[in-house]
Amino acid sequence: MRPFTRLTSIAAALPMINVDTDMIIPKQFLKTIKREGLGRYLFHDLRYAPNGAENSGFVLNQSRYRQAQILITGTNFGCGSSREHAVWALADFGIRCVMAPSFADIFSNNCAKNGVLALNLPQHQLDRCLAMAQAARPLTVDLADQYVAMGRDGGFAFTVDNALRHQLLSGLDDIGLTEEHMDAIDAHERRSAIEFPWLWCQ
Amino acid sequence: MPRPQTLYEKIWQSHVVRSNEDGSALLYIDRHLVHEVTSPQAFAGLRQSARKVRRPELTLAMADHNVPTSKDRSFIVRDADSRLQLDILAKNAREFGITYFGMDDPRQGIVHVVGPEHGFTLPGMTIVCGDSHTSTHGAFAALAFGIGTSEVEHVLATQTLRAKPARTMRVNMDGALPFGVTSKDLILSLIGTIGTAGATGYVIEYAGEAVRNLSMEGRMTVCNMSIEAGARAGLIAPDEVTFAYLKVRASAVKGPTWERAEARWRNLPSDDGASYDKEISLDASAIAPQVSWGTSPEQVAPITASVPDPSAISDAAKRQGVLRALEYMDLKPGTKLTDIAIDRVFIGSCTNGRLEDLRAAAAVTKGRRVASHVQAMVVPGSGLVKREAEAEGIARAFIAAGFEWREPGCSLCLGMNDDRLKPGERCASTSNRNFEGRQGRGGRTHLLSPAMAAAAAITGRLSDVRELMR
Repeated sequence: MRPFTRLTSIAAALPMINVDTDMIIPKQFLKTIKREGLGRYLFHDLRYAPNGAENSGFVLNQSRYRQAQILITGTNFGCGSSREHAVWALADFGIRCVMAPSFADIFSNNCAKNGVLALNLPQHQLDRCLAMAQAARPLTVDLADQYVAMGRDGGFAFTVDNALRHQLLSGLDDIGLTEEHMDAIDAHERRSAIEFPWLWCQ
Repeated sequence: MPRPQTLYEKIWQSHVVRSNEDGSALLYIDRHLVHEVTSPQAFAGLRQSARKVRRPELTLAMADHNVPTSKDRSFIVRDADSRLQLDILAKNAREFGITYFGMDDPRQGIVHVVGPEHGFTLPGMTIVCGDSHTSTHGAFAALAFGIGTSEVEHVLATQTLRAKPARTMRVNMDGALPFGVTSKDLILSLIGTIGTAGATGYVIEYAGEAVRNLSMEGRMTVCNMSIEAGARAGLIAPDEVTFAYLKVRASAVKGPTWERAEARWRNLPSDDGASYDKEISLDASAIAPQVSWGTSPEQVAPITASVPDPSAISDAAKRQGVLRALEYMDLKPGTKLTDIAIDRVFIGSCTNGRLEDLRAAAAVTKGRRVASHVQAMVVPGSGLVKREAEAEGIARAFIAAGFEWREPGCSLCLGMNDDRLKPGERCASTSNRNFEGRQGRGGRTHLLSPAMAAAAAITGRLSDVRELMR
């Protein structure tokens, strides 16, 4: 996994609540067998008209926000389907950090597995970031220091769950870490087979 | 005396392989369901790192999201990308030694319908699947939740997940459901009340008279849509209804093992005095049949109501959401819901594709015809449901009334196969999500119960099913 340490970028604002994963990546693009290449379909129905032309009103189609690596949005971002394709599409487009007042659970988990920071922030801090986005001035998100820097406008501290922070900073492979505990998994299976034999009936 | 525990805490605790200092745990997973859309990258990851599936015998693979529902599907899947995903799942299952129900298997169906009906799902288990509606299995008091593809790979490789304990919420659904009101109305009403993020971070335990009185099918419908309230999982304590359902289906658990299992299951319900992080109550006796009018499952109202007026909403972000939804749905504030004409009807999905659902819909259509301008389809949740419905004469009744009777799969719930709405088409649907474009770009979805969907098919507009039942 690509580690997330420190990111400096212009932010794009998507001021909508309850943005669901169908909206982030519609179903017809889930037929892939790869993780890569989904960026061009990100927010497909918002970004493109039915005839395929770019919708010029959509923020990521505007020249100053095309390179945005930070997205600022509304509550309950990523609700709905568990499709990790939503995070793959964001990451493939170049979005490495999403800021919102709240996220759906499965979506934030998926972010953590792909080096994308889903950052919960209170509205007053989001408003400061939004002002920066509107002015197309870059923000710096520093995960090690847990601080958002806003140039001459100062900045603010945030906190992220310790386990998540460690995982994003290190970029370590979860499966590899778990494999260090194979003895404990073996022991659990032996215990379970004795205590709950019906779980092992086939 | 030990501290009283909730059902959730009991299941969680008995599955902790290892506790980490940060409060997270390595959680053992008893059953893993796999489908063709969210698994290819996980299997590719295993192959890339030369890993095996740790417990193929605890894993069940199913073709459901992409499968056509037409009769000729076993000869040809026309969509090349769908065909590729289905072929790859079959190949992965073979290579890694996993049981696979392909399109031509009589047991095939939607993974959350098939699991329970074959006794794969048992109380006290942990179950995961790369699908958010895994919450369905909570009806059996199994801790069941959806995961992403990276986590699918983690479970395939290690049979565990890294997870943090959720907060607990008890939802007391008191009172008896009135005439014509179903489990679907119960859950839609709850989502309408607490919102689609109302239970984010929580596992919901559904309790109370209305829940106790539900069949296992009805309980599955309730737990299925927990995710639409933001909860990754929903739970219902096991009882005689659960045991009776399992006795005939979980045929592998028998004799003294069944006795032991049942004794344990009887100890699973939350202890008296167990505390929850949050408790809410809902008066089930006051609920009317529900129908969604917007593009989020929380945008729902009793069928007797009208399309709401956004200008009456004080919260700006919420008002904006409603305005956008009404524009997408092409609805005007104040329109009576029963005045909304529909083009399509979909009866099926992991929410409402079980035999009881089909029976309820068929009862409404009896002796009636689908309105001439409406295209209505019934997609059984599984091969077993389909055969049972055919044996009971339900299929014949649907066909006689003018419904299409299709092969099992996820179908129009998400439109990954050929079953899709055209732009502007309006559908009365028993599925679970009314998001923009969910059933096809520009398509408009109204969520409702199977009986309400049947009523809409007959009248050609959203209708109060109670008027057709009298």
